[in-house]
Amino acid sequence: MAFNLTVNGQSHKVEASPDTPLLWVLRDHIQLTGTKFGCGIAQCGACTVHLDGKPVRSCVMPLQAIAGMEVVTIEGLQSSEGKAVQTAWEELAVAQCGYCQSGQIMAAAALLADNGEPGDDDIDAAMSGNICRCCTYQRVRNGIKAASKNMHSTLAKSDAIS
Amino acid sequence: MQSVKSPEMHKPGLSRRDFIKKTLKLGTGLTLAVSLPSVSESFSGEAFSSASAAESSINAFLSIGLDSSVKVIIKHIDFGQGTFTGLATILAEELDAAWDQVVCESAPSDTNRYANLFFGAQMTGGSTAIANSYTQMREAGASARHMLIDAAAAKWELPREQITVKQGILSHPNGLTATFGELSQLAALQPVPGEVTLKDTSNFSLIGKTNLSRKDLGKSDGTAIFTQDFKMKGLLTALVAHPPRFGAKVASFDGERALGLHGVREIIEIPSGVAVLADSFWSAKNGRDALDIEWDTSWAMEEGSVELMRRYKEAAKEEGTIAKAIGDNSTGFSEAKVVLEAEYEFPFLAHASMEPMNCVAQFSSEGIEMWYGCQGPTMDQYAVANALDIRPDQVKINTLFAGGSFGRRANKDSDFVLEAALIAKKTKSDSPIKLVWTREDDMRSGYFRPMYFHKMRAGLNGEGRIVAWEHKIVGQSIITGTAFEAKAFKNGVDSSSVEGAVELPYDFENASVQLKTMKSQVPVLWWRSVGSSHTAHAVETFMDQLSLEAGLDPLEFRLMHLGGDPRFAEVLNLVADKADWNNDRSDGRIKGIAVHKSFGTYVAQVADMEETEAGKYRVRKVVCAVDCGLVINPDIVQAQMEGASAMACLQL
Repeated sequence: MAFNLTVNGQSHKVEASPDTPLLWVLRDHIQLTGTKFGCGIAQCGACTVHLDGKPVRSCVMPLQAIAGMEVVTIEGLQSSEGKAVQTAWEELAVAQCGYCQSGQIMAAAALLADNGEPGDDDIDAAMSGNICRCCTYQRVRNGIKAASKNMHSTLAKSDAIS
Repeated sequence: MQSVKSPEMHKPGLSRRDFIKKTLKLGTGLTLAVSLPSVSESFSGEAFSSASAAESSINAFLSIGLDSSVKVIIKHIDFGQGTFTGLATILAEELDAAWDQVVCESAPSDTNRYANLFFGAQMTGGSTAIANSYTQMREAGASARHMLIDAAAAKWELPREQITVKQGILSHPNGLTATFGELSQLAALQPVPGEVTLKDTSNFSLIGKTNLSRKDLGKSDGTAIFTQDFKMKGLLTALVAHPPRFGAKVASFDGERALGLHGVREIIEIPSGVAVLADSFWSAKNGRDALDIEWDTSWAMEEGSVELMRRYKEAAKEEGTIAKAIGDNSTGFSEAKVVLEAEYEFPFLAHASMEPMNCVAQFSSEGIEMWYGCQGPTMDQYAVANALDIRPDQVKINTLFAGGSFGRRANKDSDFVLEAALIAKKTKSDSPIKLVWTREDDMRSGYFRPMYFHKMRAGLNGEGRIVAWEHKIVGQSIITGTAFEAKAFKNGVDSSSVEGAVELPYDFENASVQLKTMKSQVPVLWWRSVGSSHTAHAVETFMDQLSLEAGLDPLEFRLMHLGGDPRFAEVLNLVADKADWNNDRSDGRIKGIAVHKSFGTYVAQVADMEETEAGKYRVRKVVCAVDCGLVINPDIVQAQMEGASAMACLQL
């Protein structure tokens, strides 16, 4: 069956069975491999993408349920929150093996879009579904705080200019 | 005008024609080959490595591009522990390269050039990546630097002693300067120096620096390529239906239904199960789900963890094989005022790396080429060659980033690698195959850190000093039946079962450590820190219980039992100071202290905890003092300790 969906601003027509999870549509059909396979049962968060702006686990999201919706993956993350998170991740050297980090970054960007100044409890609540076996959790938390801080100083700067 | 000395003048063995030929072959720059007598005795003396370098015995750890890029070849897989950054730092330090010009690339499978110098085989493990490579990478950098200076001296017709290198630029007091790129071709033709002078460590500018950018790129934007991401034309995905129990085999199967599904191409029986090949993961998974397999369970494991532990506890009542014996415990116990006993149970642990096992393989008449997160190229080459009845040098392995390992990818049986190799050989198509284990395969099919039972007994005298120490460890051997058996299995003792229990920080007058090696069908493997993952916990928890019994502070109790090595006291005192050990026990907070040495590194930790509800604890903070010798990259050491400390909490 053919389905239409928009990924990172580009429309795609995908020929696949309706139950194919979005994760494998992205990886095997659209050739975007930044979104990772970790568990296939929405327990690890490595496959997190944004669906109409909300973080979802693409490994359990069947193609038929998302036809026509807007998907953003790590490759197409352009939001100011997303960029702030990626910059902070590099500055703090958050990644170790790095396999879970696409998912961590997508979850963190979604959190910041929703709450620009998250506290520890907010971060724990939003990020608890993203597992990291290298246990980079401390830096993930620090990275989100650094991104939040940078976003606010950028905002303050642009306010001052205007 | 400056003249360039002809290559013949420097290298009688290399004709101008050869030079041109090799230069043309390379195109974008030249490889500086570095001879390291410690690795290769058969060094030919030719200061040149090219596209055909793999055919010679020259070691190459870097190439320099015409654009001045310094490509460092990394012989140890990077799965988050930082080998790309760390090993490149060491080489770049001696080369006097600018950090920005350094890029890294994984070494190909080539035991002659890229063996772990501690093992004699190409392999990452045992916390040796930096330690075995330290001098080798320094010499590689210094040797290349020497040749670049020789090249500049030749080009400028000035004495080499007057030429300096800094931040990737060669310069002479008269104002002449040159980049690495400008000199790379000429440098490659210079003789390899027999001996090089290494920097005085006080002059290090990269080693020990805190804010160096990492070289394992692409991990914040999805561009880093892991095995799961590796693409090839016509690549088929292979999933394997594994037996439901250890020891079970395929009796028969019906693949008709699976073959009828969209995208499913082929079904292949292999010794470890039934493989389904398909155009995509989802088709392969649907195909696997549709297989109708009858398993022969006549040799399958019957016991569960409960029965196994019961058997281990029974075994602990018997005498074990002596792993260590000091003094006379019977005298010690007879003199003791108090005798304390303790038992500790440790479960099987899965490595559970975020990226489940996977491997890309293409078989041809030439041999097999593989792409995956390879931790042990040499042993995988031999295992694959043996299984496919080809030579080890016909097994070409390309190492990619791995999404974690913790020991799992250095598999003593090359388990998932062999699955990929066999499927690649057996498939009727010419396509390369990508074996993908699902999370369920990863958790159920092994391998695991062995389950262990520890039984301990110690005697305290009137002053609270330990006068007898008895430690019995019961569990499966990891080493038995592997290539490491000859080295690590001595006098009936698998050293990996007892490491961390036999070489203690403490100086006991009487002590014995015994091992009962058990058998089961559960496949077991080294897991992060190996023996210390259970022995350190048992020893240090028992030390705490003994200090409580002795009525002494746990820190003081440890310090009074330490042996002659001052580094234990140093990390203990440092951590106690940083964690404010002697104060700050207010508001119901609990603190615990421990010290251990594993793979040459001394670590002391203080865990700061609180009881959140009756019997439930939350670790608020872990303070860590580490003495791992010379630190190449302090931030990576810190990251490793942060991660390892959290991972350890998860396993309790």
